[in-house]
Amino acid sequence: MTPDTQYDYRAIKGFAISSLFWGIVGLLVGILISLQLVYPSLNFTPWLTYGRLRPLHTNAVIYGFTVPAAFALFFYLVQRLGRTRLAFPRLAQATLYFFNVAIVLAALSLFAGMTQSKEYSELEWPLDIGVVILWVMFSINIIGTIMKRKEEQMYVSLWYILATVVGVAIVYIGNNIAVPVSWFKSYSIYAGANDANVQWWFGHNAVAFVFTTLPLAVFYYILPKTTNAPLYSHRLSIIGFWSLVFAYLWTGAHHLVYTPLPDWIQTVAIAFSLFLIAPSWASVINGYGTMKGQWQQMRSNYLVKFIIMAITFYGMQTIQGPSQAVRTFSALIHYTDWVIGHVHMGTMGWVTMTLSAGFYYMIPRIYNTAVYSIKLANLHFWLVLVGQLIYSVTMWVTGLRQGAMWQAMEKDGSLVYPNFMQTLAPNYLFWNMRTVGGIIFFTGFLVFVYNLYKTIRSAPAVQNA
Amino acid sequence: MNVDKRPVTFIILATLSILVGTLLTTFIPLYVGSATPSVEKVIPYKPLDVEGRDIYIREGCNNCHSQTVRPLPFETARYGAPSKLEESAIDRPHLWGSKRTGPDLARVGTKYPPTWHYMHLKDPRSMYRDSNMPAYAWLADRNLDTTYTERKMHVLGYPYTAEDLQVLQGKTEMDALVAYLMRLGRELKQ
Repeated sequence: MTPDTQYDYRAIKGFAISSLFWGIVGLLVGILISLQLVYPSLNFTPWLTYGRLRPLHTNAVIYGFTVPAAFALFFYLVQRLGRTRLAFPRLAQATLYFFNVAIVLAALSLFAGMTQSKEYSELEWPLDIGVVILWVMFSINIIGTIMKRKEEQMYVSLWYILATVVGVAIVYIGNNIAVPVSWFKSYSIYAGANDANVQWWFGHNAVAFVFTTLPLAVFYYILPKTTNAPLYSHRLSIIGFWSLVFAYLWTGAHHLVYTPLPDWIQTVAIAFSLFLIAPSWASVINGYGTMKGQWQQMRSNYLVKFIIMAITFYGMQTIQGPSQAVRTFSALIHYTDWVIGHVHMGTMGWVTMTLSAGFYYMIPRIYNTAVYSIKLANLHFWLVLVGQLIYSVTMWVTGLRQGAMWQAMEKDGSLVYPNFMQTLAPNYLFWNMRTVGGIIFFTGFLVFVYNLYKTIRSAPAVQNA
Repeated sequence: MNVDKRPVTFIILATLSILVGTLLTTFIPLYVGSATPSVEKVIPYKPLDVEGRDIYIREGCNNCHSQTVRPLPFETARYGAPSKLEESAIDRPHLWGSKRTGPDLARVGTKYPPTWHYMHLKDPRSMYRDSNMPAYAWLADRNLDTTYTERKMHVLGYPYTAEDLQVLQGKTEMDALVAYLMRLGRELKQ
């Protein structure tokens, strides 16, 4: 028995390929809706209008790209870190098929305008039930494999995996409880301010458990593995983990600053948002600390480049986020494109770069080969970096600009720009630049997919089936 | 005790950590009432408004339009009085939104007559050269599907009469959407 045949990689391969496929779809839709904002004639009614495609974009990159990437990477990590085979390989295979059917149905339903309207929670109730079943199938395998592990100590990555498993389940179910009126339509059981409060408790913790704990699990594994340096501080990772999973849930209402939601809920959320800088930076410091004496690897090891750039964006993201929660700053940038820039630094900078590093690390190992081209991986790195920076910076600039124009008042209390169009039209230049950034990023993603495709093709013919 | 050697204990502790903030800031307010205003002053939705609201939801209008006026001087100068808790008290789901690619609509029903909305929805750029809103002329060609209207009213618990349902006859999706838009800013009894 060679060391690798004790692991089961079949479903992992399927999830990795599904993730890349739906990633391409999600990014293409992103480019289309970016264009639609400037060229409204690109709204092809009724299926291809902005209002229906924007949820399709967010759902495709969250549930189509990020979640199956996690299924793949987590199934790999629990086996390697537990030194044991996946608990239920057939269940994993079933999860893979079910996942792809659900994503196709989800995409069709969003095209058709079936939506609960709550952000990242748009899917209607039959699909919600499907998502919950999928998550249970996935969790059984994760927890089952951890239970039968041969390595007693659970490494940090496994903590973040378990937090993801539990956290996503709680917030997804909590926000989607609804009363059906037909197969395609339901109404939230919560009303008004409560519905908004529950929605942003969900919305912000989808960020916590899909875009934070999920990539952190990968980050904590890949960085020490690829640098061959021990993790800087185990104690820091313990403090960081527990304060993060405790504090995140209090912060949702920072999305509702200056709304009719009672002030005390907003204020508590703002305070906890500021506190979140600490656990977030615990991981950033752990990352940089691990690099002590290893910084030359930024030049020699392309994986280090991805993972350190990713944690750097995570660090900036987790300072920018809490700043946005503060009332005065929220008053300026909320409802503008600044927030879109913020989100995309997190997703294009931190999440995608971390998952890319994870794939570059894992794919050659599960296919028993080496990565096809480090040159292409470097090209991928620079394209997604430049694309993301163009994207975020243009959105921050135009967001500040529009926010400032909305606020501008004459001495007599009248608005300097009373016509909304005066504040909208200057966006077009920036939105066009954003589209260019998005296309550069997408090109980088295609290079990534091509590189992995060639890697997989170079695998030796005899595989452990 | 090493929780990182005991997965079951670990999962229980993680779940409890997650539930503290969840309950205190999100689910307990559902019952203690500070976010749950009285609905006595709210005018219930008519069947046509409900159908119009569902078209607003279906077309994802909330992706570009918010429905909350913030209590800030520049905000009230542009949109009107700050939004009150009561105004969305019976809204399931809420439609406060998070992005203003277009303007806030919380009080749009008090600003223009219905004919303005028909013209604007049909061809936004005929009224604002620089607008990037998709044209919704096609809504005027589609008859309103009323199969589930009565069921919707039941589920939402809004009162209605036979005449209210009669009004739906021959209405288009555009009619329903405009009826809903005309309600915005007029949620409360005088």
